Amino acid sequence: MSMAYGDFVVQRDISFCLHKGEILVVMGGSGCGKSTLLKHMVGLRPPSGGKVIYWGEDFWSLDEEARARILRRVGVLYQSGALWSSMTLAENVALPLRELTNLGQEEIREMVSLKLALVGLAGFEEFYPSEISGGMRKRAGLARAMALDPEVLFFDEPSAGLDPVSARRLDELILELRDSLGATILVVTHELASIFTLAENSIFLDSEAKTMIAQGNPRELLAESTDPRVREFLTRGGSAQAGLCLGACPGDREGKEGR
Amino acid sequence: MDPEQGKNPATRPQARLSRNQDGTLGVRLLGEWKLGDTLPSEQEVGQEILGASGRGPVHLDCKDLGHWDSSLISFVRKLEVFLREKGLELEKTGLPQGAQRLLRLASAVPERKETRKLTGGKSLLFRMGQRAVDAWQGSYEVAGFLGELTLAMGRLIKGKARFRFSDLLLVMQRCGVEALPIVSLISFLVGLILAFVGAVQLRIFGAQIFVAALVGIGMVRVLGAIMTGIIMAGRTGAAFAAELGTMEVNEEIDALRTLGIPPVEFLVLPRLLGLSLMMPLLCAYADLLGILGGLTVGVAMLDLNVQEYLRMTQDSVKLSYFWIGLFHSLVFGVLVAFTGCLQGMRSGRSASAVGQAATSAVVRGIVSIIMATAVLTYLCELLGI
Repeated sequence: MSMAYGDFVVQRDISFCLHKGEILVVMGGSGCGKSTLLKHMVGLRPPSGGKVIYWGEDFWSLDEEARARILRRVGVLYQSGALWSSMTLAENVALPLRELTNLGQEEIREMVSLKLALVGLAGFEEFYPSEISGGMRKRAGLARAMALDPEVLFFDEPSAGLDPVSARRLDELILELRDSLGATILVVTHELASIFTLAENSIFLDSEAKTMIAQGNPRELLAESTDPRVREFLTRGGSAQAGLCLGACPGDREGKEGR
Repeated sequence: MDPEQGKNPATRPQARLSRNQDGTLGVRLLGEWKLGDTLPSEQEVGQEILGASGRGPVHLDCKDLGHWDSSLISFVRKLEVFLREKGLELEKTGLPQGAQRLLRLASAVPERKETRKLTGGKSLLFRMGQRAVDAWQGSYEVAGFLGELTLAMGRLIKGKARFRFSDLLLVMQRCGVEALPIVSLISFLVGLILAFVGAVQLRIFGAQIFVAALVGIGMVRVLGAIMTGIIMAGRTGAAFAAELGTMEVNEEIDALRTLGIPPVEFLVLPRLLGLSLMMPLLCAYADLLGILGGLTVGVAMLDLNVQEYLRMTQDSVKLSYFWIGLFHSLVFGVLVAFTGCLQGMRSGRSASAVGQAATSAVVRGIVSIIMATAVLTYLCELLGI
């Protein structure tokens, strides 16, 4: 896939595969096109070249209805949560259920309460987004993204703007959801702590080279990559930060028990 | 994901009661559990369990369970609550590992009861009281805003006001030049309508020429200013409210406050000055276009000639009328800018609150224009001008 704004090429020749049940992190410095890549993948903006293939179907060659059908199997958590500010948290989570399923009022209410409980927001149903903290807004955004039990979840900078403890909790929640729901997850981030906590696989976009310059498990990239750009990024410009992140990560995530 | 799956009896979600050898009861969960499919009712399953009068705990058996999603978790949660109320425990170890983890996650953070809001109906008396308190607090806010604005004006006069001159010029451009097309259209048509309506009556007495006086006095003294005021309330007042409301939502106004820059000075002053300076100019322009509209009817319908019409207009419209009209427009400019900025600054932090602020700015702007016209007309009457 290639990405461009008019004549300005953001990235070219990006090719990667997101496997079922995997967490893939898209990393890279600011302005390298991570969020643009996400927009191409979630149907907000067609790429300037190439394809996005979902379950064997070329997404951008489909008609609008078929694209909407695919997007129903996908959930997105936006950087700021992107909750609808004039609706309560319950209404935010209920909207996709009400509009896209044939569930009754009582079932929707129960489902909303379940999804909010899953993200630790039980009892906050009647709150408006402006009345809760940034971390809670993100979790509420996640509850909305999960409303329709999507098979693929996209996260745009999930830990940006959160304190380290909240960021860590959100990362753990993402892992827990993957392990219990068996969801496939793509995370766009440049937070090293999140990268080392979440990623099993990653791609590294570089704004200078305008393409993907590395791919693989970030821990392995840190240990083995000889590319100075990748090393500089993963060691935070050569500081001890990367080591700290690695030490803080749950070392063992074996024994995943999905469906 | 295929919606047809749920309709197949073999894959339909089912919950069947069974009795284990040790006398405990079990619930066998079968089929595909998908959102949107008709699920077994936890009430019915619960009643069946109670009717079977077995011993607890009740075990869940998922050996024949197909694909599942949140609908299964929801069912188990409801069944557990139902059974617990009846004194029976639900043993969930038979559930798939993923489902068990989700259930643990959902109950990991207990609901904080104190956070739950009271959303039940409130009494009429309570709501009336709430409205009265809100109105009283609202009047405080208006007075506070007026006070801040007065202080800002004071600093402006001393030359110490902090705002960007380029902002003032931008507001003047938006309220002035960019408003010309709509002001032209409306004023010309108002002049035209006034002449039409007047002509019907005046023609009966052969006094068509007085259409020029009617249109001239009407437009110059008050109508030019009112029409311009209403246009600007709908166009610029709403824009001010929406702009400042969005800034409030994005915490841009907070950012100014924390920098020690008074938002009223930086944001409201240029808007108030810009609109107040442009309004008299727009009003004079509207007067001219209104007279032109009347002239068009006079010449085309009433067979008056242009010189005759203009002379009549000149004779009947005193210069003081023109100044009165301009003064009206100045007052309207201040009122429209004031209500627009006030509503924007008081806006809540949501998309609908910004919409409400814009609506409120237009409605209050127009109401204040009409009320100010009534007061000014009465004052002119008292002063004999």
